[in-house]
Amino acid sequence: MAAQAAPSPIQAEVATAAATAPQVTVEQAMFGPATLTIRAGTTVTWVNHDGDLHTVTSTRGLFASPGLDAGDTFAYRFSAPGTYPYFCALHPHMHGTIIVQ
Amino acid sequence: MTDDTSRAQHDHTHGEPPAGGLTRRHALACMAWAGTGLVWTLAGGLLSSRTLGQAAAAPLAPGQSQLGDFSFVQMSDTHIGFKGAANPDVMATLHLAIAKINALQPAPAFLLHTGDLTHSQKAGAFDTLAEALKEVKTSQVFYVPGEHDVFADGGKEFLNRYGQGTTGNGWQSFDYQGVHFIGLVNVLNFKAAGLGSLGQDQLDWLKNDVARLSSSTPLVLFTHIPLWAVYPTWGWVTEDGEQALAMLKRFGSVTVLNGHIHQILQKVEGRITFHTAMSTAFPQPAPGAAPSPGPLQVPAEQLHRVLGIRDVRYVQGQQALALVETPLG
Repeated sequence: MAAQAAPSPIQAEVATAAATAPQVTVEQAMFGPATLTIRAGTTVTWVNHDGDLHTVTSTRGLFASPGLDAGDTFAYRFSAPGTYPYFCALHPHMHGTIIVQ
Repeated sequence: MTDDTSRAQHDHTHGEPPAGGLTRRHALACMAWAGTGLVWTLAGGLLSSRTLGQAAAAPLAPGQSQLGDFSFVQMSDTHIGFKGAANPDVMATLHLAIAKINALQPAPAFLLHTGDLTHSQKAGAFDTLAEALKEVKTSQVFYVPGEHDVFADGGKEFLNRYGQGTTGNGWQSFDYQGVHFIGLVNVLNFKAAGLGSLGQDQLDWLKNDVARLSSSTPLVLFTHIPLWAVYPTWGWVTEDGEQALAMLKRFGSVTVLNGHIHQILQKVEGRITFHTAMSTAFPQPAPGAAPSPGPLQVPAEQLHRVLGIRDVRYVQGQQALALVETPLG
């Protein structure tokens, strides 16, 4: 990312996400945060804290987790900048987006 | 079914929960039907319901003068492999359901499984179910998949096991003693923001399948996700279900059996009656009665009341269907 004199709010968010291992939790049939912004090359981990089976499935077919029971995790490394929408293949009303900068 | 229950159900299936959360009245309305465990009887043109206990103890409800020409059982959402607080032992409840089926008199001609045989398609799960269902005293089992049966591999294993004699991705129909049965698959086109769907190819197949039938032929459709809009917010709807139903409007008697939502809901629309079934594994909340549709934990002593199977009896020559609900004790 190009250095700038005054970081935008989005850049600040990227810095925060990079400082801690980026994680998306699944609770009550929702991905949280629904939109996560990360740096290219970062690995995102999803953790299912719900009592139901869920998946993390790329809308464009780039990645797909197996069925995640409560406590199961899934990780994927995003190497290229872009916007990566995903959903739960068992509950298609559940959506999330990873924005890679 | 009473008028009050009909209205309560109508509110649930076509409206959102009240703003600001559930009212006591709304919650009670949910409870009125969320916990009913019933056996359906299609006899003398009357579709009536009894508890499983009543069915085993007294094959005929009071006022019924004759047995149906045949009966069949609907089983749904066995979710083999589920491990959760909502039911720590889904095999135990499955075996209990099988015992209930085997106690039915007369024995069912066949069994319809309306999907979610397995919970997560883990290795051996289909085998476990197949082994258990060998105990069922019936001649044949027909299956349609649920999304839990196909999400990991697009339905390959399911179709390898159960796709023989079907068309497309598992579409099937057969005739039994004058009744035309149609099994539809609405879980293979899940997309982001998507809902259950049949797809144009299957709709075309359905149109051809019923074209040769006289309008007096009773139809029984079975598919996993409800063909009607039970609760789109949770994906409890088949987006092109209306197109399928439009093809069936000329028929005098259409019964639609679904699973997926792990509770009994009924709707009558013209000459089409819709029934969702209980699971043998775990209950789910009434539409909108919880933040999410995940497994519903009920007190252990109540679990068996919200799980079950459905027995359907049919008497040839009767076209009109009427619904009578017998609440549990």
